[in-house]
Amino acid sequence: MRTTDTSKMTFSKVAPGEGLKKALTMSPEEIIGLITESRLKGRGGAGFPTDLKWTLAAAVNDDLKYVVCNADEGEPGTFKDRVILTEFADLMFDGMTIGARAIGACKGIVYLRGEYTYLRSFLKNKLAERRKDGLLGKNVLGHEGFDFDIEIRMGAGAYICGEETALIESLEGQRGEPRNRPPFPVNTGFMGHPTIVNNVETFTWVPCIVTKGAKWFNDIGTERSTGLKLFSVSGDCGRHGVFEFPMGITIQELLEKVDGTGAKAVQAGGASGRCVPACDFGRTIAFEDVPTGGSIIVIGPDRDMLQVAGNFMEFFLDESCGQCTPCREGNAKLLEGIELLKAGRCSMKYLRELCKLGETMQLASKCGLGQSSPNAFLSIVTKFKDEIMGRTENVTSNA
Amino acid sequence: MLVSEREQLRANIEQRIKDYGNNRSALIPVLQEVQLKYGHVSEYVMQVVADILHIHPVEVYGVVSFYSFIGHKQKGRFVIRLCRTLSCDMQGKDRLARQLENDLGIRFGETTPDGNFTLEWANCLGMCDQGPALLVNERIYTQVTPETVHDILEECRTLFGVYALQEKETQCALPTPAK
Ligand SMILES: Cc1cc2nc3c(=O)[nH]c(=O)nc-3n(C[C@H](O)[C@H](O)[C@H](O)COP(=O)(O)O)c2cc1C
Ligand code: SF4
Ligand code: FES
Repeated sequence: MRTTDTSKMTFSKVAPGEGLKKALTMSPEEIIGLITESRLKGRGGAGFPTDLKWTLAAAVNDDLKYVVCNADEGEPGTFKDRVILTEFADLMFDGMTIGARAIGACKGIVYLRGEYTYLRSFLKNKLAERRKDGLLGKNVLGHEGFDFDIEIRMGAGAYICGEETALIESLEGQRGEPRNRPPFPVNTGFMGHPTIVNNVETFTWVPCIVTKGAKWFNDIGTERSTGLKLFSVSGDCGRHGVFEFPMGITIQELLEKVDGTGAKAVQAGGASGRCVPACDFGRTIAFEDVPTGGSIIVIGPDRDMLQVAGNFMEFFLDESCGQCTPCREGNAKLLEGIELLKAGRCSMKYLRELCKLGETMQLASKCGLGQSSPNAFLSIVTKFKDEIMGRTENVTSNA
Repeated sequence: MLVSEREQLRANIEQRIKDYGNNRSALIPVLQEVQLKYGHVSEYVMQVVADILHIHPVEVYGVVSFYSFIGHKQKGRFVIRLCRTLSCDMQGKDRLARQLENDLGIRFGETTPDGNFTLEWANCLGMCDQGPALLVNERIYTQVTPETVHDILEECRTLFGVYALQEKETQCALPTPAK
């Protein structure tokens, strides 16, 4: 059953515009100081400290800086950004505007995934309303010298464009191939100018923190993972949808809230995340333990774990940009390995070699896609050895 | 295409590139408009765009071939993209795939001979809580069952055409293709 109830979320309790108004009475340093105090970390998956990114971009001297909202939401099992864009777009635009104020940017871009094209005209209308209300354009809310506007650019069906340097390449009219880093986008971003790229949800928390205070935020969660987080829950559980939970929640607690107890495993963090078996359900969802950009896929007792691993490897094989060898070739090898396992024709020796290959990919791939694509494979073959070795017949998947 | 139509097309592309700031970052938005209007990006368009942006046509081809929503190959008026990623897989996407193939009489990756439908796989569409999900052009359908596949296709067939669905959304200044 789908049970997203946005009325209970913090985002419904913060009035759009309020955080922005308050932020504009503060200096850029004060805004960043507040984010530092809240210890907000990126909600797109990597968990990079937001204040650090903003400080670096603010420190560069340039007349042209950009604020980019990453609405490419391509990670399998993630859909919370879609809900934010639909229900709380104004709050998110507030967050982008506060970010612009903090780093001294005059231009914002929302990179919206091609699959969400149906949201484009809705968002465009929102932006037009904001211009009318003086929330965008010249002298935002009457603040002399603060000019900021936002445009929407569409993705074109490439998961890799969610990676921030690939996203910038795509905005510049190139193939979405990740860049070498450094230089980082905070120095050399869109068109060579300082650029902050943040996730939809990250921006949306900003006006909440400004309104409710940094202490309110960092009182919730753990020492290293503060605040609340939206989770996209799907799979074998009674309640599907987007839920707000504090960081540091244990997987068991989360499953109880979504009627998913009795699950065999939980895939946290989407295809690039890790598969957590039932014996580890006491672990916490936090950047320092089991990280996730919000994707939680509950895997019930009757599922075939090889089907899970195979589905993800097909995904990565399809979405790899093909730029570097470990990722391009490695994903194909791992998928072949899964086929062998499914047929019951994989020796232990070969499986060990595949695991070594996976570890090499984690180290040698150029970007996060290749570095994380073996995660699901490795966690499944190590934690579910009993289930996957020595198969005698093709277990029909998803029976 | 008639010579005058080609000239018209070139003029329109030139204008759209100008609207986007006359630099390379205009490339993808303009290609997306062409794709939407014509169902593919032809060699002629690639050449024109390359000329205007002062880049090699191979550069344009490199971009066209990279993105799965832009392509050189002619697509049908309705492009159906069924999600094959895990959550939809667990919610029964295989049966939908079979039913789509049956009702359309084509396999994945193919276009019906009348040029109306193209059937493709997609990766996660961001509707995992309401799977199985599929996209028809820009429109998303959720909780699709083998039974409702037929209704969705009928809905497409009764629409005037792909432009009826999309033109409102894009301020697309390109001419309508010649019949
Ligand atoms: C392959 C790949 C795909 C990614 N996709 C997304 C995405 O869809 N949305 C997103 O916000 N971040 C995505 N990221 C993370 C971004 O590179 C970047 O870290 C993020 O946008 C930073 O924002 P945050 O700090 O607010 O999370 C992806 C990273 C990789 C390696
Ligand atoms: S790791 Fe994969 S996706 Fe990333 S740059 Fe290399 S080939 Fe491309
Ligand atoms: S898995 Fe199909 S929409 Fe996400």
